[in-house]
Amino acid sequence: MKGPPLLSVRDLSVHFHMAGSWLWRQPGALLKAVDEVSFDLAPGETLGLVGESGCGKSTLGRAVLRLLPNIQGRVVWLGEDLAKLDEEAMRRKRREMQIVFQDPLAALDPRMTVGEIIAEPLRTFRPDMSAAESKAKVQAMMAGVGLLPQQINRYPHEFSGGQCQRIGIARAMINEPKLVVCDEPVSALDVSIQAQIVNLLMDLQRQYGMSMIFISHNLSVVRHVAHRIMVLYLGRVAEIADRDQLYRNPRHPYTQALISAVPIPDPDLERAKARLILKGDLPSPLHPPSGCAFRTRCPKATSLCAERRPELTPLELGHRVACHHWDE
Amino acid sequence: MADAAQTIAVPPSEEFKGRSLWSDAWRRLLRNRAAVVSAVLLASITLACVLVPLLSPIAYDDVFWDSVSAPPDFASGHYFGTDDSGRDLFVRTMYGGRVSLTVGLVATLVSLVIGVTWGAVAGFLGGRIDGAMMRFVDILYSVPFIFFVIMLTVVFGRHIVLIYIAIGAVSWLDMARIVRGQTMSLKRREFVEAARAGGVRQSRVILRHIIPNCLGPVIVYVTLTVPNVILLESFLSFLGLGVQEPSTSWGVLISDGARIMETSPWALCFPAAFLAVTLACFNFIGDGLRDALDPKDR
Amino acid sequence: MDAVLEIADLQVRFATPEGEVAAVNGVGLTVEPGETVGIVGESGSGKSQVFLAVMGLLASNGKAAGSVKFQGEEILGRPASALNQIRGARMSMIFQDPMTSLNPYLTIERQLTEVLVTHRAMSRGAARTAAVDMLERVQIPEADRRIGHYPFEFSGGMRQRAMVAMALLCQPELLIADEPTTALDVTVQAQILALMAELTRSARTALVLITHDLGVVAGLCDRVLVMYAGRVVETGAVRDIFHRPQHPYTAGLLASMPRLDSDVATHLQTIPGQPPNLQRLGPGCAFAERCPRVMDRCRVERPLLRTISGPGAGQDGEGRMKACHLEEL
Repeated sequence: MKGPPLLSVRDLSVHFHMAGSWLWRQPGALLKAVDEVSFDLAPGETLGLVGESGCGKSTLGRAVLRLLPNIQGRVVWLGEDLAKLDEEAMRRKRREMQIVFQDPLAALDPRMTVGEIIAEPLRTFRPDMSAAESKAKVQAMMAGVGLLPQQINRYPHEFSGGQCQRIGIARAMINEPKLVVCDEPVSALDVSIQAQIVNLLMDLQRQYGMSMIFISHNLSVVRHVAHRIMVLYLGRVAEIADRDQLYRNPRHPYTQALISAVPIPDPDLERAKARLILKGDLPSPLHPPSGCAFRTRCPKATSLCAERRPELTPLELGHRVACHHWDE
Repeated sequence: MADAAQTIAVPPSEEFKGRSLWSDAWRRLLRNRAAVVSAVLLASITLACVLVPLLSPIAYDDVFWDSVSAPPDFASGHYFGTDDSGRDLFVRTMYGGRVSLTVGLVATLVSLVIGVTWGAVAGFLGGRIDGAMMRFVDILYSVPFIFFVIMLTVVFGRHIVLIYIAIGAVSWLDMARIVRGQTMSLKRREFVEAARAGGVRQSRVILRHIIPNCLGPVIVYVTLTVPNVILLESFLSFLGLGVQEPSTSWGVLISDGARIMETSPWALCFPAAFLAVTLACFNFIGDGLRDALDPKDR
Repeated sequence: MDAVLEIADLQVRFATPEGEVAAVNGVGLTVEPGETVGIVGESGSGKSQVFLAVMGLLASNGKAAGSVKFQGEEILGRPASALNQIRGARMSMIFQDPMTSLNPYLTIERQLTEVLVTHRAMSRGAARTAAVDMLERVQIPEADRRIGHYPFEFSGGMRQRAMVAMALLCQPELLIADEPTTALDVTVQAQILALMAELTRSARTALVLITHDLGVVAGLCDRVLVMYAGRVVETGAVRDIFHRPQHPYTAGLLASMPRLDSDVATHLQTIPGQPPNLQRLGPGCAFAERCPRVMDRCRVERPLLRTISGPGAGQDGEGRMKACHLEEL
């Protein structure tokens, strides 16, 4: 994966202003959903974004695609700064960057047939295509994601969750985008179906060569699909590393706790493993702790952690961690 | 799973037919007896009003000097009797029905088109544009209706089209509010976000995604607006602001009938009964539609 | 000693506009005092409906038939007044979404003390003390102050802990937990599970854990029941089920889960097809159309749940059963 990166994100922040109230003398608060996140993405690479509620991973995914207002920082796509584009130019760029959603059924317009749903991106970006060509392409795509082409006139509610997700993926892939952001694509599916969809995404990546940003709270699934993984906590990057490095040698106490908390489906291993149970609860994102946001739950926290926010320190190649005490 | 190798275009004859949400709703509606009976009744009344020349050779302004204020009599051909000017009430009731139903449908159609567009655009764009558009609606709401109609009548004289305009101008306001509310909640749904993420233009998002999904409550509201409009028209006619003689509507007939109620009760009863039954039918159908288009569908 | 819970041939049917749906089709289960049983299944397996029927909490269009004995006493079909003596006091249930299980209009104190006042006839003051004590045991910080809060002031993890506290206040003999940690973050899940394990162990409460997550089951349960399409397809001690599954569905489920300790293969193993449509179950085995080892017999004759002996059975002895025509997997 050499060559210029497909996507280059620098100091990306997404802030939401919560309205204050003059009546109750409450100043407006600032919710930093994403706080100065930077990363690169190479063509054909999958970056896994993991973290728990409130970590900002979904917000980050949408911010990269510019689906949200109030984005600060730079998002450079193939050398072009997306912030400098006007609305129409950005709209045209969307052909190359797509998104797959968490709730498979809700992401599909209930009043449109499957064929119409999958054909919509074709209508939007290739209006010159004839109806017959468009239909052939839609049916080919349906077969490509494991759906029966004969079902082209059916409606979303006639399909199961897994099939609906395939429809969403077909819609995202039909214009062969360079980047697909997958926002928890398998979390709402049954376990036996999750594996099917994960395999499908990986097959499509092999076939089309697109990059993926795979957002999930399920570390086992992410380990399977991602080349590199970024761990987020309260909107900040805690650790970023190649997949094998992260799982074999996690350096951030949060990553360590996260990995230890993932249940292993093996009674002996699961009961024997060392547990790092975090104390306390997630702090409110409106009032993050001073210095390092993780210090209120961290077993290694010291006074330094309350004073200074840790920078992302490079360790070995590609492995960076934001912790003052990573080497203890 | 299935291979990408099977990429043959399937001939349309082999494609499965989808079962849309509309057809599900239709089936549910058909199970509602009150709604079905009302629909049949309404269709019959409408048919009778349209086909009245086939049912009776008498014209609506024919005067029968020798049968003034005659009670209903099947043999004489005056099925509903005559009024105090000697005109056949059956034919007049049917012609009145034409006017009332037309006003109901046309004015509702006008309010539908304007209201849906206004509400969808305001709800979708949000922010200041939405604020401005809805303030306009609020201002129009506060205009006293009767005053408005009287002013129109004074300026333009009594004309049936005036009624359409006046009623249409007032009834689109509620529709706009409903559609705006629907749009605002739809805007947040994931398939709308998916369309925007897919690069679909805003105008097409509104037209293709928002409006069809609003139609449920809109349809229900339309079926409940029609009776309101008919009633409004009847009210105006009752006050003397509606249609011109010798043209008639149910409101006019009721007004005239009320005058001679004591001596010729049939002159009041028949048009009043028709109006009441029609309104009830629309209401039952509206209720049936509301149940059939239950939100849990979406 | 009597089993805490004995379910025999439980059937649950729902009347829907499209016809009758059999959500549960002849399920049997025994829970001994103090043991932890895991019920595993996906959508349509009927695992939640079994226990809603046990608690008498089925929706109005649902009907249960069969036998459910709690401490030897038949409770299926008993009126609410009789069930209310048992529910909350001797048998409790906690659900997946703590926000909707807790009344948003009442303080935590009210909801916790209500259980004690109703079932133990305690005074308000004594109940409050007991409730604060319980909240401390479930590791809610500053319990004495927080007990006066409303549910929306608690985080998801804290709410679930409050639910656990509420369920265990009267020291029930049986606790049923329906997907208690599915909606929670994985680190919070670890905390809650550790909590539930410790509390039920110390009070010798029997725990039934309903989940789709095999990892959770592996860590907590003594015995496991696997359900598919409203029936039990396999049961056994936890190690047997995980190391020597005897039903193709169980094996498929285990194989298709990505695990932190496995090699990263190119493809995950999958179970092809979709979960079953309960309204269109054929005469044969419900898993037949997705089974990699399907035989002709499977499509016409439904396999009955039978006890396994021989090499497939586990060293943990009795209770090893499967519903499959195959002799050995």
